[in-house]
Amino acid sequence: MSTLLEINNATLKFGGVVAVNDLTFSVEEGEVYAIVGPNGAGKSTVFNLISRFYDPYAGSLTFDGHNLLDRNADAVADLGIARTFQNIELFDHATVLQNLLVGRHRHRNTNLVQEMLFTPKVRREEKRHREAVEEVIDFLDLQPYRDKMIAGLPYGVRKVVELGRALASGPRLLLLDEPASGLSVEETQDMRWWIDDIRKQMGITVLMVEHDMGLVSGVSDRVLALADGAKLAEGTPQQVQSDPAVIEAYLGAGAA
Amino acid sequence: MRIHFKTSYNHDIRLFPDWWSFLVYATLIVIAVVLPWVLDDFFLGEVTNVLIWAIAGLGLMLLTGQTGQASLGHAAFLALGCYSCIIFMEQGWPFLIAFPAAGILTGVVGTIIAIPAIRLHGIYLAIATIALSILADDIIVLMEPITDGVSGKFAPMITIFGIEIERWTTPDRFYWLVLAVTILCTLGYRNLLRSPLGRAFAAVRDSEVSASAMGVHIARAKAVAFGISCAITGLAGALMGFYAGAFNNETFSIVISITLLMMIVIGGLGSIHGAFFGAVVVAFLPQFLSMTKDFVGGGSVAIPGLETGVFGMILILFILFEPMGIYGRWMKIRIWFELFPFARKDMFKRQKSYLKTERLR
Repeated sequence: MSTLLEINNATLKFGGVVAVNDLTFSVEEGEVYAIVGPNGAGKSTVFNLISRFYDPYAGSLTFDGHNLLDRNADAVADLGIARTFQNIELFDHATVLQNLLVGRHRHRNTNLVQEMLFTPKVRREEKRHREAVEEVIDFLDLQPYRDKMIAGLPYGVRKVVELGRALASGPRLLLLDEPASGLSVEETQDMRWWIDDIRKQMGITVLMVEHDMGLVSGVSDRVLALADGAKLAEGTPQQVQSDPAVIEAYLGAGAA
Repeated sequence: MRIHFKTSYNHDIRLFPDWWSFLVYATLIVIAVVLPWVLDDFFLGEVTNVLIWAIAGLGLMLLTGQTGQASLGHAAFLALGCYSCIIFMEQGWPFLIAFPAAGILTGVVGTIIAIPAIRLHGIYLAIATIALSILADDIIVLMEPITDGVSGKFAPMITIFGIEIERWTTPDRFYWLVLAVTILCTLGYRNLLRSPLGRAFAAVRDSEVSASAMGVHIARAKAVAFGISCAITGLAGALMGFYAGAFNNETFSIVISITLLMMIVIGGLGSIHGAFFGAVVVAFLPQFLSMTKDFVGGGSVAIPGLETGVFGMILILFILFEPMGIYGRWMKIRIWFELFPFARKDMFKRQKSYLKTERLR
């Protein structure tokens, strides 16, 4: 196993607030790595650093030998990093199918003129994209919703569509920002199988932020606990859950 | 209700979902082609005007409806397209070269102007583009040696392979020319919608954050949208020049920009049909009003601001009661008939969702 994502001494400040404080961790290829922590610990901020929505104040981010800081948000996606958002960021005025097809954008290799004339090459490419998207639809059981508009879909389905859009891009690293938040017990169970399959069948590395400890300990190989933007503990789910510093951060001093 | 039974991915890619809709549009085109033999010259001229507005509407629709960038500066691009086409022709270029060249020039200028402008969002972009509309007027006056300033220019005769086309002497040929351009622009637009770039535009409109996380270069997508939009608008501008016959700095005023934006809102944002529906309203409303005035017997009385007043009222009514525009209403009526008698009143109730990540900037 080799290291896929490496974050060294990353620091991010918003004015006087230190959101991420000298954070170092690395994600191995093929593992499921979870980040846990209380609200405001900086978990989503770490994701936004990797997606290059924020510029770190200091430190380095490396993905498979590429320096992420040299790249813009769209070029990060080109490397094969796909993500979902905590509060669902789908394209509301489009169908599920169109949303998933946007996920294929990084594989676009036709130009403006070809597309306006809709040359045979564009048609061929469209079918190729469609095939990839249909595989994702099959995998996530989205067939009944294929031609439905996002605006009318229930929350649980949107969550799955967002996962599908990220998968459609054929990523090497999948960033899941709270994949189970707002889902029912059954839906969370489904999500757990999917994450397992994504790793085992598709060989995609998963980095996720999650509050549901049941899901975290069920699927992840390693867990990182954050508090106030700094590393609290790192290790297997059991190690992190029994770490006194983590219990203190969650429940307060003296609880252990 | 028709159910599309799909057996291959091609079904979702092709232009028409089934034979029925192909037939509908084919009939529409046939009717459009034979129209000059049916209508008299006055009404043919009016229909030509509708088509020209529809082309301009398509241009703005791509930018505002598809990519979500409001522009009140499109009158400037109409002017640029018009002046450049006619100046090219005065240099001796044939129409078939001058016309596309004018479109390309307008598109390139539009892209260059867009590069700084797309940093602005929403209402601020609209304000910045208003400035363009106002500037265009002054620039045309200042560049008098080329543009003939306030005295204006006259559109020359169009010659395509020896066939002479002029708005007044051969209105039928001019109509066919405009029709051909309309069909080509609509096809190009439709092709964009079913290819990656069109989806990227919609992605930028709905959520810039996740579009960029999916690998869409936001600034580039917006600039390209501006470019294509301006190119189409430029073509419409050139045709407007030929249609008007004579034009000067006041022909393409800011009122045209506002009318254009109103037109696509009334027609229905984000749909090709909307541009055409809106164009019908915009082009026929003045005639309709003056005919109504004749009918009620107020023919000779001038009522200042009547047109703009009625326009404004229509716009307000649409925003209040039918934000989806005429096209939205049309869809609802169609679905009502298709489902009859099972259509329910609440079927089109808008579902609100409050699930947007607080913007990252």
